[in-house]
Amino acid sequence: MDWITILSTTIKSAVGVETVLYALAAIGINIHFGYTGLLNFGQAAFMAVAGYGLAVTVTVMGLPFWVGIIVGLVAAAVLALLLGIPTLHLRADYLAIVTIAGAEIIRLVFRSVAFKDIFGGSDGRRGFGTGFQELNPFPPGDYGFNLGPIPLFFAHWQLWVMLVGWVLIAVCCLIVYLVMKSPWGRVLKAIREDEDAVRSLGKNVFSYKMQSLVLGGVIGCLGGFIYGLAYGSVQPDVFGTETTFYLYTMVILGGAARVFGPVVGSMLFWVLLVLLNGTLSEAVAAGVITFIDANQAGALRYVFVGLGLILLLVFRPQGIFGDKREIAIDAR
Amino acid sequence: MHAETTANDRKAAATAVFKDMPREPGVPKPDPILVVDNVVRRFGGLTAVDVEHVEIQRGAITALIGPNGAGKTTFFNQLTGFDTADSGSWTFNGRAMNGVPPHKVARNGMVRTFQLTKALSRLTVIENMRLGAQRQKGENFWRALVPAFWTGQEDEITERADDLLRRFKLDAKREDFAGSLSGGQRKLLEMARALMVEPELVMLDEPMAGVNPALTQSLLGHVKDLREQGMTVLFVEHDMDMVRDISDWVIVMAQGTVIAEGPPSTIMSDERVVDAYLGAHHDAPLSDSELQAQLQDAEAELEAEIEEETQK
Repeated sequence: MDWITILSTTIKSAVGVETVLYALAAIGINIHFGYTGLLNFGQAAFMAVAGYGLAVTVTVMGLPFWVGIIVGLVAAAVLALLLGIPTLHLRADYLAIVTIAGAEIIRLVFRSVAFKDIFGGSDGRRGFGTGFQELNPFPPGDYGFNLGPIPLFFAHWQLWVMLVGWVLIAVCCLIVYLVMKSPWGRVLKAIREDEDAVRSLGKNVFSYKMQSLVLGGVIGCLGGFIYGLAYGSVQPDVFGTETTFYLYTMVILGGAARVFGPVVGSMLFWVLLVLLNGTLSEAVAAGVITFIDANQAGALRYVFVGLGLILLLVFRPQGIFGDKREIAIDAR
Repeated sequence: MHAETTANDRKAAATAVFKDMPREPGVPKPDPILVVDNVVRRFGGLTAVDVEHVEIQRGAITALIGPNGAGKTTFFNQLTGFDTADSGSWTFNGRAMNGVPPHKVARNGMVRTFQLTKALSRLTVIENMRLGAQRQKGENFWRALVPAFWTGQEDEITERADDLLRRFKLDAKREDFAGSLSGGQRKLLEMARALMVEPELVMLDEPMAGVNPALTQSLLGHVKDLREQGMTVLFVEHDMDMVRDISDWVIVMAQGTVIAEGPPSTIMSDERVVDAYLGAHHDAPLSDSELQAQLQDAEAELEAEIEEETQK
């Protein structure tokens, strides 16, 4: 078994592109679910409209890359308004139903045959990353170092995406930290506890829920940009509902309503997934495990991730950063 | 000593106002803070609230009593905007309040508490209190990003909150989660939090429900305090001892309407109130023959109705 490769890919995944893009989207979910108590099950749609906004603007309309970014950001804000206006007056569960349905509608429109000329059907769009890579300050080559015998190297284009991504994560975490310790954040947390009490104290609950939905949606859409820019392409099925559920897993793993919860959650999630995948497929290739083949190993890692999540919720329901006292109050 | 005299003055003033007031439902008050006209709320075929006219005197403690299902809480919900009345109008300080959303009602100075206490469990006691303050600069998203805009105001709010916590003897619990408080302490916290809004009219929905007797006395004291500080109190309550002890005037509701008003000392001997609580014929046992006669009447009525229907 090639332990060097397994360890190398595992360590790299802790800071890699996937971790970055999921962390950004999970920060958005943390604002919705962790702080405000909004059950947004359509975060993948916010990523999708951003990724496609960028892709379509550049490839179909031939406009520069930064125009695509603006289109994507506006699309995410508009999507938040569209989902929020009819549902935020209603009970929390309606938002969950509408967001999950809205996200599927958006995915199906992107992959539909009727709009193949615009969105490219199930193949998606590719070839819009050049504008971003032209800004890359790193000359072509591999960058990194050897940790003992373990090589840790990234290609220049990966490094550029990761640098931008981690800067965005830092900025988003700073914003979350600032607003959540302010009176604005206090209103959001109070809404999570009891909307009617907040209304009785003279706060416009609908407006705050909408602000939360837009903020989390716009931060989440940054994850969609990172996906599109890192892979140079977008496909509709990347933005399925399971993406949203991975994001929830990360938020709970790291600890809901904690500034760094979603970031650490995303790192842990990908480290575990890559480690399991590497170990299982190496073990199959080396003949150590004989009762499954390589394809089954890929699926089996999700079984273990699910098992891990169950164990986490049983033994540490507050997540890595959570406060056990808060969970105890919930149980009353 | 001085504070005590003014306190007694307020009590005396309130008592004097109500001294010779007629006991009729909807009786006009000399200085009403809240005037309600023809408020109706129906749930399907059930008329939960149908209040023709009622006035709440400024600076007094008014109790709203009535048997279970009389529509007291629904009436509260209409007035504070938490539920939409089917029709009717009401004014607070002369300003029309029908159709106004709950947060604007609160901003206008009419603040309520809830029958089922709504402590914000996973916020600390002090954060619960701070939330009540109005016109906070830091509640705007953009200003929230720059602490310099709001820290000064936050300090003032915290000071005011700490004063109130001391008064309500919750200062030892300052940093605890509100969810870890006992039921009575939550009631105290909810009342203190409502005061952070600086209301003119405080509406308490069953402030004593589920509070142990030791805390009851302290809660009663706090409600009386509100009047002494110049606030008006309207509260719903079942405990008649408490109503007699603290209220200046009592309004009785039954089956959605106001059936009587009067001072707390005599209201429970009012015939209409006794009827509402115990039934009109509670002391007149029906004999068998009377029962038979009533049944026959009812049957005859039904038959006539059926005949009418078939003829159509």
